[in-house]
Amino acid sequence: MSSELTFSARQRLVLVPVYTLLVIASAVTLVPFVWMACSAFKNNADFFSSLFLPHGDGFLGIDWGRLTITNFKRLFTELSIGNALLNSFFLASVSALAATLCSAAGGYALAKFRFAGRGVVLNLVLVALVIPGPLLMAPGYQLIYKLGLLDTYAGLLLPGIAPAFGIFLFRQAAMNAIPHELLESARIDGAGELRIFFTLVLPLLRPMIGAFLMITFLGTWNNFIGPQIILQSPELFPLSVAINQLRGLYGTDYGMIMSGTLVSIAPVLCLFLLLQKEFIAGLTSGAVKG
Amino acid sequence: MNTSGKRFRTEPSWVPWLFLSPFVITIAVFLAWPLIQSVLLSMQQTYGPKTSRWIGFENFTFLLSDPLFWKALRNTVIFACGSVFLQLPLSLGLAMLLNRPGLKGRAFFRLIFFAPSLVGLVFVGLMFALMFEKRTGMINVALHALFASFNPEFPWLQEYVMPALILAALWLYVGFNMIYFLAALQNVPAELMEAAALDGAGPWQRFRHVVVPEIMPVVSFVVLLSLLGSFQLFELPFILLNGPGPDNRGLTIVMYLYQMGFTANDLGYASAIGWVLAIMLGTFAFGQRLWLKREEKR
Repeated sequence: MSSELTFSARQRLVLVPVYTLLVIASAVTLVPFVWMACSAFKNNADFFSSLFLPHGDGFLGIDWGRLTITNFKRLFTELSIGNALLNSFFLASVSALAATLCSAAGGYALAKFRFAGRGVVLNLVLVALVIPGPLLMAPGYQLIYKLGLLDTYAGLLLPGIAPAFGIFLFRQAAMNAIPHELLESARIDGAGELRIFFTLVLPLLRPMIGAFLMITFLGTWNNFIGPQIILQSPELFPLSVAINQLRGLYGTDYGMIMSGTLVSIAPVLCLFLLLQKEFIAGLTSGAVKG
Repeated sequence: MNTSGKRFRTEPSWVPWLFLSPFVITIAVFLAWPLIQSVLLSMQQTYGPKTSRWIGFENFTFLLSDPLFWKALRNTVIFACGSVFLQLPLSLGLAMLLNRPGLKGRAFFRLIFFAPSLVGLVFVGLMFALMFEKRTGMINVALHALFASFNPEFPWLQEYVMPALILAALWLYVGFNMIYFLAALQNVPAELMEAAALDGAGPWQRFRHVVVPEIMPVVSFVVLLSLLGSFQLFELPFILLNGPGPDNRGLTIVMYLYQMGFTANDLGYASAIGWVLAIMLGTFAFGQRLWLKREEKR
């Protein structure tokens, strides 16, 4: 980068307030995370007596001995938070895989095939994109009830296996990433359509697949209202619903609530750190063109 | 028959339908059908999914004179104003800081600012419920330490519900919107900026006459997203306040819809609220298109 070589001292000075503001904004962003993580390891007395970690004579002026993992032990023994954790993993993985596969297939079909009815389907996608979720809450519940799917994972998962949002994103990705000649030559070589899709098309859509897996995993993991309305048996609850119920059971036991929250958000934060590049690219790809 | 005149064998016509079948089936069952039902439901009074009776347009006439609905609408509008007039300028400001040429650690800062949007609304609600506690909550402790005159007993969740909600949403969404603004700013051609600088345009003039027109499509898109999201606000106040809050100070339109449908068990009235909401959201989307068209004509 030649521009950095010609960077004058004056311009460098301009960056000082920029860095200052960015560091302050970062601190404000991170403090709630730090506070929550600290609170999760404190007993209730220390929760009220210290803001972050309890003061003492230990390293960095902190009384490390007062920290405890009792909150986590109680979460996993007194309550079946381990079960809720598994439920969340199951629901989020299944819905992410299904939604990604169905969206990739549908988007590919809309981008690379010419067929009667294509325009109609494309319009359906656009209409589905603008229907607000809350409008479907009451009739959707009635439908799930009539189908006998209340209190089942099928009732929770089936409506989301092929989201219009995904079809739209994958259609755009397929238009850009899949050369028509490649499909033609594969067909001349006698490859079946399903084989073409799985061995040729899916690998070419990889960047969008990574982003969309992450988006749908996160969406299902964090979904509260769906399971809250559809599920009734506590053993089926994902973390979002189970953790909210902690509050009724342990209303004033703040350490418990914060350790439950930490257990709930740590997995997705880790996942994001691994996949953040793809994720952000996927988020903005639909928007940049306005 | 192959009408395109190509020599190559084309795929049979059922192939795209096979690939689209999950979408077409789910859209028919879980979108089109409930959508029709919601029109019918909005003209009924129900008790749960089993019993109902026809009442015509009574739900809508009742809604217009329902003080709780107006309260919910008022709260929702206040929140939307906070989103558009506080959150988005902050997001744009952060994006402009990050877009400074020569800045190091851009990806790192972006990662930090984006992190809150990964946390589900339930978990944000629980965290902030404890952080907004009187006396013991982190926010009052910190504000009291910074400004000695600040009352550590400040009753956020008892009386200042909307400011508390707007603050929590700031933490949650500023970084999310920033991603869009940053992408837009990075698409502003550098030559345009250099040419304006050579013509003697100052930083403000460059921002007003070069940057703003270039990023306007994305700005209007983010404003729309923000309005649509604000008007569908539900989980954050629902968890933060463990319900609508004292004196319904945190009641929002969708929370009212939820209460009517699933606590009072009137799916009909809930559907009527849903349609009124949909009409409002549709108006915003239409407004954004008009705005974009007007910008293009300039």
